[in-house]
Amino acid sequence: MNVRRQDKIATVVLYLISGTIILILAALLLYILAAGLPHVSWHFLTSPARAFEAGGGIGIQLFNSLYLLVLAMLISMPVSLGAGIYLSEYAKKNWRTTFVQTAIEILSSLPSVVVGLFGFLIFVVQFKFGFSILSGALALTFFNLPLLTRNVEESLASVQGSQREAGLALGLSRFETVTRVIVPEALPGITTGMILGAGRVFGEAAALIYTAGQSAPALDFSNWNPFYIASPLNPLRPAETLAVHIWKINSEGIMPDVAAVSAGASAVLVIVVLLFNLSARWFGKWLFKKMTGGD
Amino acid sequence: MKKKILTAAALLISLVGLTACQKQSSGESITAVGSSALQPLVEAAGEQYSNDHLGKFINVQGGGSGTGLSQIQAGAVDIGNSDVHAEEQNGVDAKKLVDHRVAVVGITPVVNKKVGVTNLSFAQLKAIFTGQVTNWQQLGGADLPIVLVNRAAGSGTRVTFEKWVLQGSQAKQAQEQDSTGMVRQIVAATPGAISYLAFSYVDKSIAAVKINHVAPTDENVLTNKWKIWSYEHMYTKGKPTGLTKDFIAYVLSPKIQEKVLPRLGYISISQMKVERDVSGHVTRRS
Amino acid sequence: MDPIRESLLKKSRQSKVERLGKLVSFCCITLIVLIVLAIFYFVASRGLATFFHDKVNLIDFLTKDVWNPSVKDARGLPEVGALPMIVGSFLVTILSALVATPFAVGGAIFMTEISPRRGMQILKPVTELLVGIPSVVYGFIGLSVVVPFVRGIFGGTGFGILAGTFVLFVMILPTVTSMSVDALQAVPRYYREASLALGATRWQTIYKVVLRSATPGILTAIVFGMARAFGEALAVQMVIGNAALMPHNLVSPASTLTSVLTMGIGNTIMGSLQNNVLWSLALLLLLMSLVFNLLIRFIGRKGALKK
Repeated sequence: MNVRRQDKIATVVLYLISGTIILILAALLLYILAAGLPHVSWHFLTSPARAFEAGGGIGIQLFNSLYLLVLAMLISMPVSLGAGIYLSEYAKKNWRTTFVQTAIEILSSLPSVVVGLFGFLIFVVQFKFGFSILSGALALTFFNLPLLTRNVEESLASVQGSQREAGLALGLSRFETVTRVIVPEALPGITTGMILGAGRVFGEAAALIYTAGQSAPALDFSNWNPFYIASPLNPLRPAETLAVHIWKINSEGIMPDVAAVSAGASAVLVIVVLLFNLSARWFGKWLFKKMTGGD
Repeated sequence: MKKKILTAAALLISLVGLTACQKQSSGESITAVGSSALQPLVEAAGEQYSNDHLGKFINVQGGGSGTGLSQIQAGAVDIGNSDVHAEEQNGVDAKKLVDHRVAVVGITPVVNKKVGVTNLSFAQLKAIFTGQVTNWQQLGGADLPIVLVNRAAGSGTRVTFEKWVLQGSQAKQAQEQDSTGMVRQIVAATPGAISYLAFSYVDKSIAAVKINHVAPTDENVLTNKWKIWSYEHMYTKGKPTGLTKDFIAYVLSPKIQEKVLPRLGYISISQMKVERDVSGHVTRRS
Repeated sequence: MDPIRESLLKKSRQSKVERLGKLVSFCCITLIVLIVLAIFYFVASRGLATFFHDKVNLIDFLTKDVWNPSVKDARGLPEVGALPMIVGSFLVTILSALVATPFAVGGAIFMTEISPRRGMQILKPVTELLVGIPSVVYGFIGLSVVVPFVRGIFGGTGFGILAGTFVLFVMILPTVTSMSVDALQAVPRYYREASLALGATRWQTIYKVVLRSATPGILTAIVFGMARAFGEALAVQMVIGNAALMPHNLVSPASTLTSVLTMGIGNTIMGSLQNNVLWSLALLLLLMSLVFNLLIRFIGRKGALKK
């Protein structure tokens, strides 16, 4: 058989496969946006939800989602960075390290319901945080840590050994080499991982149903004192996020415009993830240039 | 950069610590958890209550009747919402809980519109849900196989429905869905499907079925002519006190019972002409 | 004292930073391990209660096919045969991996070998976006598009293994693709150059050299995707029909471990048998993800030996 023809056929098939992947995503996106965008308006984005009348919005849920995301990332980023550094730079190759890595991967394949219930019993009931942003953020951290740690570890490990040697030869300690040389070098990889993690957090519902709760009490946007109970920044108020809201209204919603609100909220969710993704990608590139002095 | 992150984290942790200490200093709140069927009512009542009483908040969470009863039993929350009697749930010590019946919900069988059946008897319904009848033709409808859609085992709606329709028989294993919205969507979309819903969820996409020529209406529930209905319970551990007590009284007040309940599709407890205990014994209310 | 001697004997700033840094990063990793152990203990203590406290036979649990926790069988034991769920979970997982693999590997080859520029600029962001779409949204698209589609073609209700497979396929595609890309990129450049220099076509190079040497990495990617599919709950639950029955065919309603777990957990009382068996299912899930992990490790090690 003619190898050239074989090569051509294979190339065409590969193009087709890639085209199909893009087609699937495009169809998904178009479907979500076409169903949802007509319902999205400034009013929809800013007004609070209504339990049983038409015309409710998703303002509070949107804010809650973003705030929860920020809190969860603030907690999980340093921890995963530290853990990743330890695994890639300090851990020796022995059974203990294998054990730790296995533990992390098991955590990553846990169904989020289990994480949610665990968070519920520990944070909500045991620590008495109640249904709150804080409980939700901690549960999300559990959920997020393995993914981020693994990503940090892999990004760091992919930095060449010569970079480490160079750092050490200049008289830096191992830790300084890591923070000054290796981490900046691995930053684009780490950022991509963080974006993916953030996307997962933003869309997570099952882990939050029992921790951050399913109610979004009215917020007082004029009072930013975190101790005031209706303040947007209070980490101890219950906070229904956008993904939970979509889940909830589809399960038990009794407002007459359920379908419209759900489609609109899905569209907003996807758009936010999109925006987030693109801006973080750009930010990662910019950071890389800044910290390494050009590529 | 790492330093900045660490500083931010440290700040955050101290902030959280401080907040935890001052938790209740600015406002008072209670938490009600449980039945997702009762959630909209408690939420709406809670919202109004907060508007009327500044600085008092009612946190309402779903999670299912089982969660509500477990958590109130464990003392983790202030109110446990349930649409089944505590006595009917395995693993609950009902004696420790105080029952507050706040509303009534009627449940009706619903079918896909193509089925072509508008009236069924209790015996026919039982035959359908136990799997003895498998095609709508046998019941005078279209030639369609019967597709059963159940609620999740243990859910209040299913417990009530099976109590009155199956009367102790075992339901056929079939599809299960854990939310009313999903059930409605599936019945509307699947030819030959039958399931059951609370009255307030019945809309034009599906068809409600009469039983023994009694229509599923609020009036028929009030007199117990329509048998498949259940109380909505708010359980407290021991006698309620403080905000919990005030709030339950508020939910039972005419302001909520007469103005809010009908709009949400519940039946007001004060209008019921009959009373029914756990074992199904019905007495007239004077 | 002599200042030089002093500065030599005192611990340098570097070594202090080093110790602090090592300590901090060690604390982080310890924290994660503690969390995992806590969750494991928590799930195991409840999941094992089914067997120790409620006296359910482990063999019955794994091999019987009647799931009805609130009903007792002839011997007075509750009917908790988890086989239908176990079979359901494995079927959707394996099928979705089978469907996803050609797409993922094809996409990865396209990105690394055929058109790296376009691949990296279009295909990679596209697959990463797929990760960001929440499972709730996947579930509803599955419900409103996939289920009617399956119903239209194969009849029945449309709910079942097939619909679950479609949804999971899209959900694990990005994971498998991006990990396959990593595996392909790890193949040294001179392998390709050597092959091309010998006169092989691009496809021959890909098929006979690049793919062969990246096989362990790709297998790891697939197993990782399968682990994801195995643990996915919300989206699958919406389209699989949730009937605790042995699946007769791919379009009859079935159930998975996660779907039964998610559905039942809110309707049962903590500490009751009905609740405990759900935790047994969760424990089974945990053990399965352990198995998947060991599998990944095993494949990885075999691949490493070849080099």
